[in-house]
Amino acid sequence: MNYWPLAGIALVVVGFALRFNPLLVVALSALVTGVLGGLDPLAVIEALGKAFNDNRYISVTWIVLPVIGLLERHGLQERARTLIAKVESATMGRLLVLYLVFRQITAALGMKDIGGHPQTVRPLVAPMAEAAAERSHADLTTRERERVRAMAAATDNVGLFFGEDIFFAIASILLIQGVFETHGYALTPLQLSVWAIPTAICAFAIHGSRLLAFDRKLGSVRR
Amino acid sequence: MITLEWLYILTGIAFAAWSVLSLRDRSNGKRWGNAAFWGLLAGSFFFGSYLSDLANGVLVLALVAIAGTGQIGRSDPPTTSPAMRVALAGKLGNRLFVPALVIPVTAVAGTLLYTWTPLGESGLIEPRRETLVLLGVGVLFALVLAMVWLRPPLLAPLEEGRRLMDSISWAAILPQMLAALGGVFALAGVGEIVGDLASRVIPEGSLFLSVLVYCLGMVAFTVIMGNAFAAFPVMASAIGIPVLIVQFGGNVPVIGAIGMLAGFCGTLITPMAANFNIVPAVLLDLRDQYGVIRAQAGTALALLVCNVALIYLLAFR
Repeated sequence: MNYWPLAGIALVVVGFALRFNPLLVVALSALVTGVLGGLDPLAVIEALGKAFNDNRYISVTWIVLPVIGLLERHGLQERARTLIAKVESATMGRLLVLYLVFRQITAALGMKDIGGHPQTVRPLVAPMAEAAAERSHADLTTRERERVRAMAAATDNVGLFFGEDIFFAIASILLIQGVFETHGYALTPLQLSVWAIPTAICAFAIHGSRLLAFDRKLGSVRR
Repeated sequence: MITLEWLYILTGIAFAAWSVLSLRDRSNGKRWGNAAFWGLLAGSFFFGSYLSDLANGVLVLALVAIAGTGQIGRSDPPTTSPAMRVALAGKLGNRLFVPALVIPVTAVAGTLLYTWTPLGESGLIEPRRETLVLLGVGVLFALVLAMVWLRPPLLAPLEEGRRLMDSISWAAILPQMLAALGGVFALAGVGEIVGDLASRVIPEGSLFLSVLVYCLGMVAFTVIMGNAFAAFPVMASAIGIPVLIVQFGGNVPVIGAIGMLAGFCGTLITPMAANFNIVPAVLLDLRDQYGVIRAQAGTALALLVCNVALIYLLAFR
């Protein structure tokens, strides 16, 4: 077997580690991998162009930016902060746990586009988490502020990933079904999606307790 | 029928506007680079379906050349000051959330209506693309609502959009580029090689170690590809089916479903999953581009342990 195409993977790892421009790293890796895999350089460029074009739908979500930007211009983030600052019982930990539940349940019902980093995390969840953290821990250092934001983004990811597979009509479930079918095992999507529930519960318990622990840790530094 | 192509034109219009506005922005020292980058992307959205694969490939290389040589700058279109925003937020109140919520609500309610009512039989929207198309519809609703209510300058949404887009910069197309890299990897046979390697390290006869290698293989390959979808067919045919199912008689749905979720733990810890891990770091102005990954790593590793245990305990009763 020809193991040379793996050099392309090594290139990606090294490139990311050395923090070169990721677009450059990825394009170079594609060219190197393709050529080492025995393809003609022109054929690699063609494959890259075709795949880039076929995946345009991924970048379509940027059309939300004009609306979000317009609302930010009129104080959306500030309003989100005020709203949370007013709620006595809203701590950052509880707020993010609530968002985690919300994200897991909506994703499990097939509504995966209801959250997301451009649509909800930047304009709403992150500023709300920051405001809640400030309310209970006074001013945050830059480091702590960044960590709160990063946790808000992480909560969106965990909620989505470990909620969506409970929904049976989701791409990953259909992929599992397809792979098993080609190997002679006929399964229904529902048979698969119920087995996503135990992991979903673990994900909630683990990430939820990490959020609450993070909140306590922020507090313990101050008091 | 409303197809994805309509959405591409809408997106192309936004990128074309950002290109033109960048060109006119003399305060940005790198305005030519910005204009070229967003302009090429607009071209990709408008004409991608009609260009040859080679032309699309050259377009990709041009985008990479502009970004890779640092030709994109961060513009600073005039906007409201922080003090003005606090005042506006106080005046406008919680109604500010309405346009923001219109987008996801339209997408969700629309998808549900379309899927569960006879509306779906009308064939109005391209099959399987309903949610994405409805997201676009939601954006248009929200935009009209916000414009009529707030009465900002006519160009404000595009200028504010450009401010956000320029802060995200080249990272905006990284997810799409990584998907394209996946396509090239598949063509070059990377999947078969990794599957071959994985099947070699399986310890003979040990159920627990086989489960462990299956899950770690899902994680490792997902970390490399940035996507569990690429890892699953490889690991299922290398270990999941021949060893766990055939040799040890494991429960098929458990091995499939939880194996995929083990891969998702890998998605949480890799910069290759750019749209989940790198783009939000940029979007939230984090100085550490790996900040989101650091925040997630604890959850990912603990959950991986759970997934290994779940397969071991549930699949072989």
